[in-house]
Amino acid sequence: MRFGIVIFPGTWSDRDCHYALNSTLRQEAGYIWHKETDLSKYDCVILPGGFSYGDYLRPGAIARFSPVMASIERFTSQDKLVIGICNGFQVLCEAGLLPGALLRSTHLEYRCQWVQLRVENNSSPFTSQCEEKQVLKIPISHYEGRYYADDATLAELEADKRILFRYSTPTGDITDAANPNGSLQNIAGIINRKGNVLGMMPHPERACEPILGSSDGNLIWESIIASS
Amino acid sequence: MPVAKEILDEVALSQQEYELIVEKLGREPSQVELGLFGALWSEHCGYKHSKALLKHLPSGSQRVLVKPGEENAGVVDIGDGLVVVMKIESHNHPSAIEPYQGAATGVGGIVRDIFTMGARPIALLNSLRFGPLSDSRNRYLFAGVVGGIAGYGNCLGIPDIGGEIFFADCYSTNPLVNTLCLGIAEAKNLVRARAHGEGNLLMLVGADTGRDGLHGASGLASRTFEEERELRSTVQVGNPFLEKLLIEACLELAETDWIAGMQDLGAAGLTSSAIESAARGGGGIEIDVLKVPRREKDMTPYEVMLSESQERMLVVVKKGCEDKVKALFDRWELRSDIIGQVTGDSLARIKEGEKVVAEVPVNLLTSPPVYRQRVKKPHWLEQLQAFDVTSVPDLPPKKANSTLLRLLASPNIASKHCVYRQYDHQVGNNTIVLPGSDAGVLRIKGTKKAISLTVDGNARYCYVNPYLGGVIAVAEAARNLVCSGAQPLAITNCLNFGNPEKADVYYQLKECIAGMGRACRELRIPVISGNVSLYNETKGEAIYPTPVVGMVGLIEDVTRHCTSGFKNEGDLVFLLGDSKVVDSSIGSSEYLELVHGMIKGNPYVDLELEKRLHRCCLEAMRRRIINSAHDCSEGGLGVALAESCLANGLGFVSHDWSTEGRLDSALFGEAQSRIILSVAPKSAWKMDRLAVRWQIAATRLGTVGGKRLVLKGCIDLSIDKMQEAWWDGLERLL
Repeated sequence: MRFGIVIFPGTWSDRDCHYALNSTLRQEAGYIWHKETDLSKYDCVILPGGFSYGDYLRPGAIARFSPVMASIERFTSQDKLVIGICNGFQVLCEAGLLPGALLRSTHLEYRCQWVQLRVENNSSPFTSQCEEKQVLKIPISHYEGRYYADDATLAELEADKRILFRYSTPTGDITDAANPNGSLQNIAGIINRKGNVLGMMPHPERACEPILGSSDGNLIWESIIASS
Repeated sequence: MPVAKEILDEVALSQQEYELIVEKLGREPSQVELGLFGALWSEHCGYKHSKALLKHLPSGSQRVLVKPGEENAGVVDIGDGLVVVMKIESHNHPSAIEPYQGAATGVGGIVRDIFTMGARPIALLNSLRFGPLSDSRNRYLFAGVVGGIAGYGNCLGIPDIGGEIFFADCYSTNPLVNTLCLGIAEAKNLVRARAHGEGNLLMLVGADTGRDGLHGASGLASRTFEEERELRSTVQVGNPFLEKLLIEACLELAETDWIAGMQDLGAAGLTSSAIESAARGGGGIEIDVLKVPRREKDMTPYEVMLSESQERMLVVVKKGCEDKVKALFDRWELRSDIIGQVTGDSLARIKEGEKVVAEVPVNLLTSPPVYRQRVKKPHWLEQLQAFDVTSVPDLPPKKANSTLLRLLASPNIASKHCVYRQYDHQVGNNTIVLPGSDAGVLRIKGTKKAISLTVDGNARYCYVNPYLGGVIAVAEAARNLVCSGAQPLAITNCLNFGNPEKADVYYQLKECIAGMGRACRELRIPVISGNVSLYNETKGEAIYPTPVVGMVGLIEDVTRHCTSGFKNEGDLVFLLGDSKVVDSSIGSSEYLELVHGMIKGNPYVDLELEKRLHRCCLEAMRRRIINSAHDCSEGGLGVALAESCLANGLGFVSHDWSTEGRLDSALFGEAQSRIILSVAPKSAWKMDRLAVRWQIAATRLGTVGGKRLVLKGCIDLSIDKMQEAWWDGLERLL
C-alpha cells in the first residue's frame, strides 16, 4: 500500500503520519507538496492535521484552492481512499468532498486531550479491522472541531451508516459529557456517499504505539491496508 | 558635549555612557549610531548590570558543545550523533502591556533562537507568574498569556509539555512569562550565527519591516515603565503561520552547504542580529536600509534598523549560492531580499542608498560598559529571616483534613489541567509523560533514549533568602528530573529581578546567582544558556527575585522512566531523604502563607544530602526497584502524598503515624531533599539496602491501596473529595 501525505503551508502532522505508517507499520509513505497534481503513485492520500495557511479566514478555506485538491477530487472518483485528519477533515468539508462543517468548539478553547471513539460502522474500508462498537482511545487537538450539518444531512448520514465514529465514554456510551467539542450527535468522523473519503477530528497517527498512551489508531491504518 | 536628555532617554543611555561613546568614537555619534548603541548597550542585549555576576555560573561539562553567549542557545551532546539545543527567554514587559501578543511573540522569539541553529524545535515549556486571580486585571492577563502561548505554539506544531504557574501579589501588574524551547539536531548540521567570509551576502527573510516594536530592547525590556498605555504600540503582533514556514524553510536550508550562518531577528531587530553575528564572525557588515522591504511608508534608517517586526531571519549566504537559497524560500512562499554583505573591515556600516548613515567599529558596539554595583544586605531581610515558629499556633489534628483540602485547592498547588489542555502537548509523537507530573518526558526516536524537562523556581524562598533560594531552585529542578528517571545534563536560566540600579535588588541578584552557582557546581550541572529580565517593577515595587531554572536530563533507557502516581495496590511507600521533621520547615511555605498569612523563615537545604538522594533514586530506577517517585515541594509531605494518590486514583494508608514535633511541619513543612517512592513489597529489602549504601534515610510510610488517603490520627480523606478540591481549584477562580 502506498500512502501519500499532503503538505500544505502550515501543515504539521505530516511527519507524525509518516512516522505511524512508515516507522511503525512499515508501509511505503511519501510526501505530496500541495502544488503537485500527479497522485498516480499512491493508493491512499492523507490530508494531515495542522494549520494550513494559518487557519486564516476559516480552517481549510484557503487550502481547498491548492492545486492538489482538484487532483484529489479525481483521485476519489477512481475509488481510491482519502483520509482527512483534523485540519484535513476541515479542508475536505470546505472542498465539498464531505458534507457539513466544523465550527468552533462550544467551550471556545483549543483542546488537546485523549478521547474515546465508538466505532459505529465496521464495514467500511477504514474500520474493517475494528470490532463492532469497539471503543478506541485516540487524542484530539483542535479548536474548530464541532461537527455541524443540517437535519436532512444528519438523517442521511445516519441512514447510510456514514457516521464511522462517535465520541463516547470508555464503556461506549454516547453522552454529552463524553463529547469534547459540542459536535452534533457526538460525531467524530464521517465518510462520503461512496465510502472512500473519511474525515475525522481525532488524530489516529498519534495513537500508534503503547508508549504514547495507545496504539488504537493503527486499527484505522490496518483497515486501509487490508482493503487493498 | 551637550546632548538633550530626551534624546538619551529615548535610547536609554546615560550621560556618562554618551560621553564614553564620544570618547571611543572620537566624535559625536549620528542619530542612527546612537540608536545602535542604545540597543546594543541595553541590559537586554548587553547584560551590562549582570555580566559581572553571570560569570560565576559554571558553564562547562564534557557534554556541553556551545556555552552561554557563544550562540543563540546552548548545545548539549546526548550521544548517537544527536545534540539538544536549549534556551529560555522572558517576555515579561510586553506581556504586561498586551498579554496575548506579548506571550505569543515570546514563543515566536524563543523558537527562532532554536531553529536558527539548525535544530528542530521539539518542546516548549512555560514558567508563568501572576498576581492573585481575585483581581480582574490579573484574570485578564492570565487568560491573555495562556491564550497567546496556545495560539502561537499550537500553530507551529511544537508540543508544549508543561511548566509551572505561581501566583503572588508582587506580580500583580508585572506578570512573568518565561518560555523555554528545546530543539534536536544532528551534531553535524548545527548552524552558527556568524557573519563571516568577506563578500558573503546578508539576506533578510520573512516578514516585511514595520515600525512595530521600536525600542523594545532598550525601552521595554531594560527600564521600568509607568504608563503602560503609551507603550502598547511597542508590542509586536505575531504571525505564527509565517513562523511555521520559516521553521521548515530554514531547517531545509540548514541541511545544505549554501550558507555561512543564520541568525534570527529578535530584540533590537536588524541591529543586534547583524552586528552580533558580525562580532561572532570577526568581520564587518554593510547594510543598505533601502533594500529592506517595508510595510510602512517613509521609514527612516533609524526605524528600519531598530524595528522589532516579528518572523524575520538573517541568513549569511555564501557568495554564488544566492539564487539557490532564494529559490528555496520562494518555494515556501517566503520573501527574501539581499540587504547587504559581509566585509573585512570590522565596521558596522549602515547605508541609505549611497549615503552612509552609520559607521562604527563592531567591537565597540558589542562591548558595553560592565557595571558592578555596591552591594548591601537589605535591612528588611533580617526580619523576614528571623522567624520564631512558636509565634504561630500548631495545626490541631482535627483541622488537618480541611487544611489539606484548602492547600490542594489553592491556585499554586491545584491542577493546572485547564491551562495545559489548551496546549497541544502531543504533536511530534514523542511525548510520553504529559504535563502535570514532576517533569515532561519525550522519547528520542531512533534511539532507546528519552529526555526529561522541567522549569522550576520558588521565588518565595528567594525573597526571604536569595542565596538559599538560588541553591534550592537548582536542587529542586534536578530533583524533578531525577523523579522522572533522568540524569540532569544542563540548565538554561531566566533571571527575573527588579531594578538592578537599586542596592537591594542588586544584592538579591548577586546572592541568587551565587547560590545557583554553588548548587550547579555541587550537582555538576552546567548553565548553557539564559536570559536576564531586570526592571520588573511597577511604581517602585520590585517583584520577588525570581530565578527560573529550566533543566534537561537524559534517560538512557526510555522504559525506565518514572512518574509520580502510585501504580499498584499493596506497594510500599517510602519517604527517601531528609526524615527529621524540623519545626522551622514551615518557614516560607505555602502553608504558612495560606493559613497564617505570613511569608517568613529561612528555607534550608543540604547539598551533600541532595546529591546522595539523586544518586540513590537513580540507581533504584536503573534496577527497576521503584514504581513511582514524586518530589515533596510546595505543600510538603501531605500534598505530595495526595498528588501521588490523585494521579491514578489509588489511595494510601499509613502505618502508625506519630510526629515528635509540630503537626503542621510534619504534614506541610517544605523540608528539601525528599522524594516519595512506591516499591513492590518483594523489592522493599533492595530499597532498604540501597538507602543504607547511599546513607539516605528510607522511612516506610505505609501502603498503596483503597480509595482514601489515610494518615492515622490526622488525615482521612476520600480520593473523590481531594480530586474535587484539586482538579477544579484553579478553574474555579477564572
